[in-house]
Amino acid sequence: MKELMTGNEAVARGAWEAGVTVASAYPGTPSTEILENIAHYQEIYGEWAPNEKVALEVAIGGSIAGARSLASMKHVGLNVAADPLFTNAYTGIRGGLVIITADDPGMHSSQNEQDNRNYAKFAKIPMLEPSDSQEAKDFFIEAIKISEEFDTPVILRMTTRVCHSKGLVELGERELIPIKEYKKEINKYVATPANAKVMRVKLEERLKNLAEYSERTPLNRVEWGDKKIGIIISGVSYQYAKEVFGDKASYFKLGFSYPLPLDKIKAFASEVEELYVVEELDPFIEEQLKAAGIQCIGKEKIPLIGELNPAIIAQSLTGEIKSSIDCDMDNVVPRPPTMCSGCPHRGLFYVLGKKSRDIIITGDIGCYTLASADPLRAMDTCICMGASISAGHGVQKAFEKNNVDKKVFAVIGDSTFFHSGITGLMNIVYNKGNATTIILDNRITGMTGHQENPGTGYTLKGEKTNMIDIAKLCEGIGVKKIKTINPLNLEETAEAIEEAMDVTEPMVIIAKWPCALKRLWPEEKELYGNTRSKLYVNEDRCSGCKACIRTGCPSIAFINGKAHIDDSMCVGCAVCQQVCRFGAIQRQGGEGQ
Amino acid sequence: MTNVKNVFIVGVGGQGIILAGKVFSAGLVGAGYDVKMSEVHGMSQRGGNVTTQVRFGDKVYSPIIGKGEAHLILALEKMEALRWAEYLKPDGKIVLNDFAVPSAPILSGKAIYPENIVDSFKGKTDILIVKANDIAEELGNLKVTNMVMVGAMIKALDLSHIDWDEIIRREVKEKFIDINILALKRGMEAI
Repeated sequence: MKELMTGNEAVARGAWEAGVTVASAYPGTPSTEILENIAHYQEIYGEWAPNEKVALEVAIGGSIAGARSLASMKHVGLNVAADPLFTNAYTGIRGGLVIITADDPGMHSSQNEQDNRNYAKFAKIPMLEPSDSQEAKDFFIEAIKISEEFDTPVILRMTTRVCHSKGLVELGERELIPIKEYKKEINKYVATPANAKVMRVKLEERLKNLAEYSERTPLNRVEWGDKKIGIIISGVSYQYAKEVFGDKASYFKLGFSYPLPLDKIKAFASEVEELYVVEELDPFIEEQLKAAGIQCIGKEKIPLIGELNPAIIAQSLTGEIKSSIDCDMDNVVPRPPTMCSGCPHRGLFYVLGKKSRDIIITGDIGCYTLASADPLRAMDTCICMGASISAGHGVQKAFEKNNVDKKVFAVIGDSTFFHSGITGLMNIVYNKGNATTIILDNRITGMTGHQENPGTGYTLKGEKTNMIDIAKLCEGIGVKKIKTINPLNLEETAEAIEEAMDVTEPMVIIAKWPCALKRLWPEEKELYGNTRSKLYVNEDRCSGCKACIRTGCPSIAFINGKAHIDDSMCVGCAVCQQVCRFGAIQRQGGEGQ
Repeated sequence: MTNVKNVFIVGVGGQGIILAGKVFSAGLVGAGYDVKMSEVHGMSQRGGNVTTQVRFGDKVYSPIIGKGEAHLILALEKMEALRWAEYLKPDGKIVLNDFAVPSAPILSGKAIYPENIVDSFKGKTDILIVKANDIAEELGNLKVTNMVMVGAMIKALDLSHIDWDEIIRREVKEKFIDINILALKRGMEAI
């Protein structure tokens, strides 16, 4: 039976068919749906971990226990998980272990476009690169087998287009794999220097064996066409090139792309007139070929930056540009994403933005990074998960030491705080910092499409669980000043921020209100669910001052000199009403409705 | 490969583009085509633009298309048709919902929604105009605007022979099946 599946759905299916029983991940676009789909398979224990390092360590534990296991993450997540990755390469595995990295060429939803194929070479771990959904499923199953055959973790490297595009997938049955019997193997799993020195030698032997495997595996295959052009290619680029050249070229299709099958490639190279390497992002394959003395054309022609597509490959290699219709596009206005109507972040950043002359706002990764855009512009930095608090502390100490009088506010979401904000806050407490941390507790991991986290009280599979209380956690770390506010109440928010301006010790403000798009659990409905009526603009009172427009609410438009609220979008949060000095914004049916 | 058709569905977050793509591709799979589709989402719920690309034929390789390669652009919003117009083949078609959703810079008075979009396409390409929002409103639920547009696209691509009612019954929540079937039919009649 064939089913239309995304690459992410196919990986989850592959994990199920391969008999995986342990899966852990932290959500991140474009990888999130892998675990969301694993959640549907009762035979697999699946969980959201607080971060990718934890997720990979959980999977390593599952593997050492003897179970087939996986961890999945977006590309930057593997930076967080790099520590266990490198040493797990030394220790090896017991149950098959696959690490899925979902890269984002073109940065559709990421802060960088690092090429994680480099991790395979760096950590000396074999890597498979599927080019579509069918291969995503098949390659996962192959990866588990390779992992067990060679006693190594295996990287399955996906990209946005493989993760999020759909193709037909032939479904198979689940293989029943009993857990391997547990044995205590101190020499193998305890990476002390003495043991690691032995493992280090074995690692190089394994890599040699894997290079030999790379020469013989059908995952690396030649497709002969016209021999004038030979193309060495992996991942989704293969599909693009087939589209462009069809059988007018010969292909060396790499499914197992580290270590490379250099002998087989040499033989292929000798048969074709011109040899191209077509790869997205870094010259990962090209540099290895050139180091091995194989002449090829790569990044001189193929762009180094951004995503490829068939048109780009055609233009780069043949100079062909497809014509289109001739339209005047100068008038097209951008459509940047905005915080939603009723977003609890809006009120907080509106108030914080008012103080921008006296403060630095260090930001973090989440929907709230949109506060850096017009019209709020209430953010100074965004580097990586958790950096708001630690970089904020650095800013504060630099200012203090150099007599600069500016207050620092570090702004971070609930899920990001659990991910890697806690350690930064501990650093502030320990080193007597006075940056104020604002935790935007919207009761969910919002940006990636609503995943549960340690603070929501529910698991990946929707089961009720222990809920970590952020206020108590901060108290436990040693923060003495903690305030919980409703960020939709601007007066309450302003008061807390004013108080923080003068504080000379660590302070935490918890801005707590659920994401406007969150499907509330029954107990949350009691707390947050009483729906309020929508607002409207009394045009007689509207002075056209645009104060409400400056909140950046997508429900409010400025038409003919007056504000106008779109009835179909307003959710009645009333942030606009609180900023209007003329009482022009009123509640339908009167106040209290 | 020569018989592969490329369709580019464009619009704004909240217009139901993901479901439109899902219904459309399910119909194509049922009819025996090889199908690949690609979606760009992530920021879509936050007012950004949303696109879905569908490719179908005997054998499809790439899930995405390049500039100048779309046989048909289905635009659920007018300005989005213009934004993605360069993906259309010179002899392609645009099926356009005559409906405007202003973006944030327009709402705040910093930019102006482009005028005469429909006219600007005339004479340059084959453009079919549907007042899908009006039809959906008549049917009593604005949310089925997407299915009106899918109906129009099916007609434009000459795919009416597929049992779309059956596909809708499978892909849409039960209480919305009837109105979606009706919306699709009205869309097919609209062009």
